[in-house]
Amino acid sequence: MSDVPSAIGRVAEPGAPRALPVLDVADIAKTFGGAKALRGVSFSVAPGEVHGLLGKNGSGKSTLVKILAGFHAPDHGGRLAFNGEMVDLPLKPGDFRRLGMSFVHQNLGLVPSLTVLENLRFAHLTTARSGYIDWRAERAAAREALGRFGLSIDTAERVDRLSPVERALLAIVRAFEEIRVACAATGKPGLVLLDEPTPFLPREGVEKLFGLIRSIAATGSSVIFISHDIDEVMTITDRITVLRDGALAGALETAKATHEEVVEMIVGRRIARLGTPGHQAAVAKPAFLRVSGVAGGALAATDLVVGKGEILGVTGLIGSGYEELPYLIFGARPCRAGALDFVDGAHVPLAAMSPKRALDLGLALLPGDRQGASGVDSLPIVDNMFLPDVDRFFRFGLLNRRAMVREAFALGTRYEVRPNDPAMKLSALSGGNAQKVLIARWMNRNPRLLLLDEPTQGVDVGTRVQIFAALRAAAAAGMSVLCASSDAEQLAEICDRVLIFARGRVCAEITGPDLTKDGIAEACYASIDLTGRTAPAAPALAS
Amino acid sequence: MTETVSTMTQARPAGLHLGRLFERIALLVVWVGLIAIFGALMPQSFLNWGNFSIIFASYAPAALLALAIIVPLTAGDYDLSVGATLTLSSALIGVLNVWHHLPIGLVLVLALAAGAVVGAVNALFIIFFRIPSLVVTLGTTSLMTGIVQWMTNSSTIGGIDNALVMAVVGGRLFGVPYAFYYAAAAVVVLGYVFDYTPLGRRLLFVGRGREVARLNGIAVDRVRFGALIASGVLAAAAGIVYAGVLGSADPYSGLNFLLPAFAAAFLGATTILPGRFNPWGAVVAVYFLATGITGLTMLGIPLWVTNVFNGGALILAVTISQLTRGREASDIG
Ligand SMILES: Nc1ncnc2c1ncn2[C@@H]1O[C@H](COP(=O)(O)OP(=O)(O)OP(=O)(O)O)[C@@H](O)[C@H]1O
Ligand SMILES: [Mg+2]
Repeated sequence: MSDVPSAIGRVAEPGAPRALPVLDVADIAKTFGGAKALRGVSFSVAPGEVHGLLGKNGSGKSTLVKILAGFHAPDHGGRLAFNGEMVDLPLKPGDFRRLGMSFVHQNLGLVPSLTVLENLRFAHLTTARSGYIDWRAERAAAREALGRFGLSIDTAERVDRLSPVERALLAIVRAFEEIRVACAATGKPGLVLLDEPTPFLPREGVEKLFGLIRSIAATGSSVIFISHDIDEVMTITDRITVLRDGALAGALETAKATHEEVVEMIVGRRIARLGTPGHQAAVAKPAFLRVSGVAGGALAATDLVVGKGEILGVTGLIGSGYEELPYLIFGARPCRAGALDFVDGAHVPLAAMSPKRALDLGLALLPGDRQGASGVDSLPIVDNMFLPDVDRFFRFGLLNRRAMVREAFALGTRYEVRPNDPAMKLSALSGGNAQKVLIARWMNRNPRLLLLDEPTQGVDVGTRVQIFAALRAAAAAGMSVLCASSDAEQLAEICDRVLIFARGRVCAEITGPDLTKDGIAEACYASIDLTGRTAPAAPALAS
Repeated sequence: MTETVSTMTQARPAGLHLGRLFERIALLVVWVGLIAIFGALMPQSFLNWGNFSIIFASYAPAALLALAIIVPLTAGDYDLSVGATLTLSSALIGVLNVWHHLPIGLVLVLALAAGAVVGAVNALFIIFFRIPSLVVTLGTTSLMTGIVQWMTNSSTIGGIDNALVMAVVGGRLFGVPYAFYYAAAAVVVLGYVFDYTPLGRRLLFVGRGREVARLNGIAVDRVRFGALIASGVLAAAAGIVYAGVLGSADPYSGLNFLLPAFAAAFLGATTILPGRFNPWGAVVAVYFLATGITGLTMLGIPLWVTNVFNGGALILAVTISQLTRGREASDIG
């Protein structure tokens, strides 16, 4: 047992680093109503360390982060030391800034109605001592910060007009800027906490993020990295702490652990690695929907066919237009041109498409922006689940609330929503559990075509397997699926066929034995050469 | 985990939770307490049914106004113009019925139609020109106030058809004039729509998450349009009841109802169904405020105290309700 300096005098775990830890927490617990989200968690983060914080949905990761941000008050009895200084809990607002912590929260924590500049320089604008704001200097600082990440967003643009990718990047840039400034001010190492920053990032974004993480760690500051993508965690972290049901399930040194060991520690049992289930040569499925000439946003006129019972993946680099496809087909965003032809003979011009019409045609859309477009946080789970089919529960002039709750409970059980209490607000669920509720909403309707945008964002490894199985079963029963995702592993896992987009057009189709994580990633990169550009182009495309 | 899951599922109907139950009925309890205090101070004059029947009848227009406010508020739009719509409706009754001798039945229909037109005009600017509802309805308030002054030459018009007066305050049920029952009927209908119909769910989702509602096939603009028109019609109905209670059309006093009605809408959202604008809560809040004001007036307390009471009660109630929820974010606003 090494004697490790620990400000709060507990015996450190073997193998823990010797330097004074940047963050040292002990016995942190949190109870919501009667439910325990955290039951006495202790761990420490060394200077310059990238520390992975893992666990299933609802295991308490975000709760821990929010306690460190001073957003939740922990139960009595926890202790916290930062750079050796004992800090009183609960943290007061602004404490985290004084200590040198910065955050990318799971919901990003941006103010949608304010501009990029105001969001980015938030801390500085609201706390500057001088009492006068030099807007020109602020703009320059903002541009410089964005530039360091290779981002060219207009600083005067409102955040709600940005794409989810840009929003995620903005939140990340802000966190790294704040820590840079804080470290310069205090001269001590800081701590960046990243709560699932990657679901929206395409591969090149993730690589940029990893570059930033490494550079900040090289200066002696530390990073806490939360993700459900085990490969990412294995790549970037030095040590891993795993939570299960709010308690510490174990700690690992990344270099000495295998992928399987990490998954086993998270889930608590051994599960087969999310391998590709050996795709056979593609069996041509009868067409269900023919999409012709669809164009809108960054997408140029595109034709494609979705087979009956087929799971079709679409992917590409940022700005390549693939992410627009589900929304355009569903009539959720304005279309410049295009039409849908269903197998039953129905012909629908996309200009006349609306979400209502799409639902009537048996389509369903699970948007990527969970809080903005998919579910309403302040309303109960049961209402969120049956939003598109409340009418079904309206009998004899009354809404049958009891039947709704009963069915919501059954659905919640099937999709492992935890805690499964339909009367609870959606905001009380962890990110991954909320996503399960919204997947259940659409799967339960048995649509003819399910349109997905990043469907398993924030969903843990165990549940992912279940959702994939549910999708495959539904597809086998005849449901067609179109899945837009930047996650090559997920596409390889579920899809029968994947289309790669570049510059708003389909540039490659992958089927059969090539349909692997690496095969898809390679094709995405090859698409850069195909279109002869090195950086994602601005979405200005002639149709 | 398994243990927390099972306790959560058993604890379901969340209303059974004691703290939450108290939150639901807190305003009712305070109301009863207020009645008890005034009753102890003035056992004869305050604690008699006649006094209460007057309170119930004379605040019926305010109750209707509070209902008119919560419909668009639930759908996410402020309608400040309800006070002016009330005045417009009662002024129309005076002008058309007394000066132009139109039959009262026709006049009432016209008054309600005017309310619908006001709602449609508001909706046109709010929904199709995408102007914030606060701005539009502030504008139409001033606009209508001006029109009313022009229409009535800024004078009170007396002598409205007795049939209306009789229908509003002439008859009594359990000693309470009919006016109260019109408001009560509106509460029941709205309560039904809010809680027991899919339309109520749509209204709620449109207010809380427009984009979510749209992507789930809800005709968001149509729902907002409908809510604003309903608000206009309800406010016009409040004007009819007001004209009936007074027996005349007053071009000025209607706007005085606006602030108490808004206060009641928000106060009501802390009770019965805390966290939601709800018709039952709104009406309880109206009569809670009415009881306080009447009691204070009867005690001979100067007029300014009633304003302090209105505002103080609102801020206090909303604060207490927020404190009981800890740091959980507010649902409203
Ligand atoms: N405001 C709240 N009210 C009640 N319960 C809550 C609240 N916030 C979180 N919880 C509960 O606390 C538990 C832990 O949630 P938390 O968000 O920390 O999970 P997580 O590990 O971040 O999961 P995910 O990977 O899905 O994001 C969950 O059971 C959740 O339902
Ligand atoms: Mg989380």
